[in-house]
Amino acid sequence: MSHQHAGGHHPDPESYVALRTKALESLLIEKGLLSSDMVDAVVRTYEQDIGPLKGAQVVARAWVDPAYKRRLLADGSAAIDELGLEGRRSPLVVLENTPTVHNVVVCTLCSCYPWAVLGLPPTWYKAPAYRSRVVIEPRVVLREFGLELDESVEVRVWDSSAEQRYMVLPERPAGTEGLPEGELAALVTRDSMIGVAKVKAPAAVG
Amino acid sequence: MASTHPGVALMDGAAALPRKNGELVFQSPWEGRVFGLAVAMSDRQAYAWDDFRDHLIAEIASAEARGAASDYYERWLAAFEKLLLDRGLLSQEELDTRTTEYATGERDDG
Repeated sequence: MSHQHAGGHHPDPESYVALRTKALESLLIEKGLLSSDMVDAVVRTYEQDIGPLKGAQVVARAWVDPAYKRRLLADGSAAIDELGLEGRRSPLVVLENTPTVHNVVVCTLCSCYPWAVLGLPPTWYKAPAYRSRVVIEPRVVLREFGLELDESVEVRVWDSSAEQRYMVLPERPAGTEGLPEGELAALVTRDSMIGVAKVKAPAAVG
Repeated sequence: MASTHPGVALMDGAAALPRKNGELVFQSPWEGRVFGLAVAMSDRQAYAWDDFRDHLIAEIASAEARGAASDYYERWLAAFEKLLLDRGLLSQEELDTRTTEYATGERDDG
């Protein structure tokens, strides 16, 4: 297992508005008026209502277009820009999962996340348990997500920072050879692009 | 859980959500969070969605009147905060105290 760290997680102190929002959420939860799961559910609903995650479009394109995939792995930000998705918001490296290498992304110090392509980070991504444990015992954590990896598969954990963010290019599932790009994009989940899940073929979905 | 407020997506004029290519645009994670908080509280019947929208419109108008930079989710945050205080769901003091605790690192739960 390798563990890269680019450093520089907190270039600026958190903004007043971010702190204020945290304070509001924390008080409303404490008073029993809300749970963070409810807020997660609202945000997820709105994100799904407004179309597929941008990252899923990128993954589907890479699956159907080998030349695009090469560009994506060579320069993630530029290749995402090609699709008009503002990849340059922060430098993004795309990591390819293969039958022998499984990549998983974390931010150990805070919650750096490629939200320009993946939307908002899930609550568990920001939780101290995930941030610390996935580095120490990635296979155990992945198993808790329901992902069993063969011992022969090399697991690589990538630590994000404000300057360097990561997104996983999951393996294209078997049995999807005939599917058009749009249907492929619909199969790609947020979790598969963080690296805590695989993409399932349509027959295995639901 | 689906949101029960189709009105959220239909707001127009000054209160319309910023969109790009038909998708909601959050410039940073706190914006998504405060968006979710305001919608979830309305889902919980803490207030009618229209009451939130009225506060939001008032905040946008007042910011424009004083020539403040137009930042949609800062207005959203201000409207949400004011509505909670108006309804007595929070006190100014506890909100200020909690904000300071996060700012100083006295409280840090990710």
